[in-house]
Amino acid sequence: MDYTIDAHGLVKRFGATTALDGVDLAARTGTVLAVLGPNGAGKTTAVRILATLVRPDGGRALVGGHDVVAQAQQVRRLIALTGQYAAVDESLTGVENLLLIGRLLGLSRAAARRRAAELLERFSLADAGGRATKTYSGGMRRRLDLAASLVGRPRVLYLDEPTTGLDPRARGDLWAVIRDLTAGGVTVLLTTQYMEEADQLADDVVVIDRGRVVAVGTPDQLKAQVGRQVLRVSPVRAADVPVVARVVTDLAGAAPEVDGEAVSAQVGDPRVPPAVLQRLTDAEVAVAELSLRKPSLDEVFFALTGHHTDQEADHDDDRSAA
Amino acid sequence: MTTIAQPASLPETVPQDRVGPLAAIRHTLTLAWRSLVQIRHNPMELGDLSLQPLMFVVLFAYVFGGAIAGSPKAYLQFGLAGIICQNALFLTMNTGMALNTDITKGVFDRFRSLPIARSAPLAGRIVADVVRQVWSMAILMAVGTLLGFRIQTNPVDVLAAVALLVAFTLGFSWLPVLVAMLVDEPEKVMMLGFVVVFPLTFISSAFVPVETMPGWLQAWAGVNPTSLLVDAVRGLLVGGEVAAPALGALAWAAAIGAVFAPLALWAFRRRS
Repeated sequence: MDYTIDAHGLVKRFGATTALDGVDLAARTGTVLAVLGPNGAGKTTAVRILATLVRPDGGRALVGGHDVVAQAQQVRRLIALTGQYAAVDESLTGVENLLLIGRLLGLSRAAARRRAAELLERFSLADAGGRATKTYSGGMRRRLDLAASLVGRPRVLYLDEPTTGLDPRARGDLWAVIRDLTAGGVTVLLTTQYMEEADQLADDVVVIDRGRVVAVGTPDQLKAQVGRQVLRVSPVRAADVPVVARVVTDLAGAAPEVDGEAVSAQVGDPRVPPAVLQRLTDAEVAVAELSLRKPSLDEVFFALTGHHTDQEADHDDDRSAA
Repeated sequence: MTTIAQPASLPETVPQDRVGPLAAIRHTLTLAWRSLVQIRHNPMELGDLSLQPLMFVVLFAYVFGGAIAGSPKAYLQFGLAGIICQNALFLTMNTGMALNTDITKGVFDRFRSLPIARSAPLAGRIVADVVRQVWSMAILMAVGTLLGFRIQTNPVDVLAAVALLVAFTLGFSWLPVLVAMLVDEPEKVMMLGFVVVFPLTFISSAFVPVETMPGWLQAWAGVNPTSLLVDAVRGLLVGGEVAAPALGALAWAAAIGAVFAPLALWAFRRRS
């Protein structure tokens, strides 16, 4: 297997705090690796090590076959980083921000201009390109930030909580860009607190909590690892809901959740759903829906770490730990 | 915690893909361009660079000039050198503020993740700030001349004065840069301007002859590096002793740089 990102046993301490306590990360070329975890889990620190911004205290990381410490400059030729904050110069225009990166990467003036125009077009910023970025909305700044990351056509893209604070539409747009990039062979490492994001985008997921890896796998594997599926049954007649609830309680061995006309419960035993159907048929209860779904990643995360991901908290935590 | 092997050291033969000196200069100039083009979009900054010094000249010449030297014109002959020095020290606060902004906004991280010379982000800032310094000195001298100030020396001495000011501020800026690495928002760097630059410049030979101060203040004004700088600049513009105060000022600048540059770099590494 061809791994573009390959890190083993990463350790990073900040004074008395251990931000990373032996973390392994591996991303196959042209895929999306999602690093999932709550605030302060060490996600940002891991990204900063892979982006050559901080040195690990232990362990080793290769990006595109180059060591992030000993061959940092070669690594920098392959990567681009979009952090939690839109890292654009607010007193420059959108065009100037992109020109700056293009020129620093060695493009000629004309080539840098062309690339800037291309990217502004792609991120629907063409009209705003001549305005100072401090007049941009948050979403526009994020798009410009991502555009700046793409100026040098990186082979590896790090996205540190790229959709935090974006509205659903902007988030969907960004997901489309990421899919586009991986289709072109770019390897993406993305940190997120959103289960849905990992579920939607990631080929592989690494769940970290308090500086340690707690689970690794594809989204499906992680869901399977937790083992339980969610059974959902709703009768045709609302009056039958109590009967359904009783049957499910009996067979699943736990009190189900009743949500309007639907009854759902976690089940571990694959024989439960057909048995439920059988009992309901015997009781002459007509069933409108009977479905079995894998647990959401959020439920998986809860099962793995014993706590929910905290989507409300301030994102500064992760950085101050970093 | 498990024991983790340190990164295996790489063989010496691995090419350490360094950035060549020409590329480093290009990166530095590009980043200097970036710091200067900001002025175009931020008229406030142009005001800082042009209007504030202008106001200082007018205020000092017309408000204090008569009382101190008999006439605004006569005062400018003495005081302009002091105003120029104070302005130069204040401008170093901008260096710190701009660096702090870059770091807190993540712009510095982006630069550091690019395959460019490691020194370029800082060097670019320095080049841009030297341009700012020279621009603002030129404004001060032009306005001073309009109001009656007359250079008594020759162009070479004037250039030497500019060079001395630039050299001094290059050393001195490490102090605001250190503060910029320690604080969480750019405005806090400006505080340093008030706490450090005001006493440094007002209790010196910048605006009034030291002999008119009480003895204990004279003692401070005598060892204050700003006095040395002002005396040398004054000497280079209107005549007087130059060599001794200039060397003293340069020695101070070198000492300030030698102490605060390593501290600033240490604080930067600790921060990232």
